[in-house]
Amino acid sequence: MAEPAALPEKSSYVPGGIAVSLRGVTKVYDSGVVALGPLDLEVRHGEFVSLLGPSGCGKSTALRLIAGLNAPTSGIVGVSCRTGKVRAGHSIGFVFQEPTLMPWTSVRENVRLPLKLAKMPMAESEARVNEALMQVGLSEFADAYPRELSGGMKMRVSLARAVVTDPDILLMDEPFAALDEITRFRLNNDLLSLWRNLHKTIIFVTHSVFESVYLSQRIMVMTSRPGRLSAEIRIDAPAARGEDFRTSAAYADYCRKVSNALAPSYAGQPGS
Amino acid sequence: MSSLQAPPLSTDAAKTETRGLRLVRILLPILVLAVGIMLWELLVRLENIPPYVLPGPGAVFTTLIQDWSILSRSLLTTLLTTLEGFVAAAIGGIALALVFNQSKWLEYSLFPYAVILQVTPVIAIAPLLLIYLPQQTAVIVCAWIVGFFPVLSNTTLGLNSVDRNLAGLFQLYGASRMQTLRYLKLPSALPFILGGLRIAGGLSLIGAVVAEIAAGSAGAGSGLAYRIAESGYRLNIPRMFAALLLLSVAGIVIYGLLALATHLTLRRWHESALGKEI
Repeated sequence: MAEPAALPEKSSYVPGGIAVSLRGVTKVYDSGVVALGPLDLEVRHGEFVSLLGPSGCGKSTALRLIAGLNAPTSGIVGVSCRTGKVRAGHSIGFVFQEPTLMPWTSVRENVRLPLKLAKMPMAESEARVNEALMQVGLSEFADAYPRELSGGMKMRVSLARAVVTDPDILLMDEPFAALDEITRFRLNNDLLSLWRNLHKTIIFVTHSVFESVYLSQRIMVMTSRPGRLSAEIRIDAPAARGEDFRTSAAYADYCRKVSNALAPSYAGQPGS
Repeated sequence: MSSLQAPPLSTDAAKTETRGLRLVRILLPILVLAVGIMLWELLVRLENIPPYVLPGPGAVFTTLIQDWSILSRSLLTTLLTTLEGFVAAAIGGIALALVFNQSKWLEYSLFPYAVILQVTPVIAIAPLLLIYLPQQTAVIVCAWIVGFFPVLSNTTLGLNSVDRNLAGLFQLYGASRMQTLRYLKLPSALPFILGGLRIAGGLSLIGAVVAEIAAGSAGAGSGLAYRIAESGYRLNIPRMFAALLLLSVAGIVIYGLLALATHLTLRRWHESALGKEI
């Protein structure tokens, strides 16, 4: 596995500086399928950016490249964080599309996993696990097993595990796609308040126009096969958003605008 | 309980029905057993069959009690062999699977031979082993040969069935090989390993019996299988049946214990051990 290359100006953590940068990044799979790129993307510290596009447009691939789970075929992936370390694990939290929990152990141990892998002593990790569980409202369920939880609660556990290391950057790969609408709205709200309180950089992959507008400061619209950026839309709404934003005219306007920007991505696809 | 019938029934009625069904499932086989034993006894008495041709169940039971001192010693010997073979198979199978999982080279080099060892009938290998190994060792090796393959192949399958995203997560957090093995691969493989062990338990008994019969014909040993062969030569048919009965019971108990161990280990999380109502 190739680690993400450091930015040229190493450990240059500045609030509002560049947290993640992709320059001319492409990904070609062994099968010859060009999944991505070339893609250029810059995300600032503390920013909430959504990657929006149709299924199979390479958004998840982009996220995996940023996480260092896959190496790009060409181009440079740069990740900068407070510690100056580019070792992915300590500065990046990843939330998968599925909750991806270990079924054989309790919620508490699932959340503790990243700390355990970093060999943090129990006494120290206990407090952080409890804090992370509190942040997602699952303190009472710490000793439950994943199978005893609902889909939304499992996703919260996954979220708690991602924030337990106090990462600078949270990468989220369509985390709420499989949930029902009500649960998704609640998790959207919780995620927004988490983001405001913790000041993380969040890169959020989704195929839902409504979700991306509701959550993000900036939406990067992608085309499919190979995935490229086709539009960038800034959502100038206050960070504190709630149900009144969801029902406001401004929200509807943005949704229309983003939908229009997304439409060409679907052109030529069967079923469009 | 059929889901089609569920709505009109109240939950209490449904529960009673489930319990009734379970009772029937336990009682029916017992009833069949009782009827079978009765027919057997009836046949022997009506036809006046002499015990050296076919002993009645009563005679078998009497022999079981009368010869208990001999049979119990033999049972203990066979069980000990089975246990040793089983433990060797469990340790050997899991260890080999772990080694294969860490090194593809070793897996490619050795796996075919594990298969060859498995497909060659153990009854054909046993006489050879008895020539080269001390008898007690040969018997254990036989039990091991039959038992280890299901453990090896199931553990290998389990170690390779790790959730892809979880593996990615471990990679993301920079887990070492040992950490990945301990916290991810082994727990994921546990249900598979236990399944393999359950098969190996029964097979170890078979391996022990096969080896005892092979060794017994060479004139030594005191396991149950040897008792069966010996009683056969002496036309002591009731004792053959009694020893066979003990072997069956031993097999059932081994299976039951391993099934119980599986259930206790997996009950909190694995689908196979969960009630249907969830």
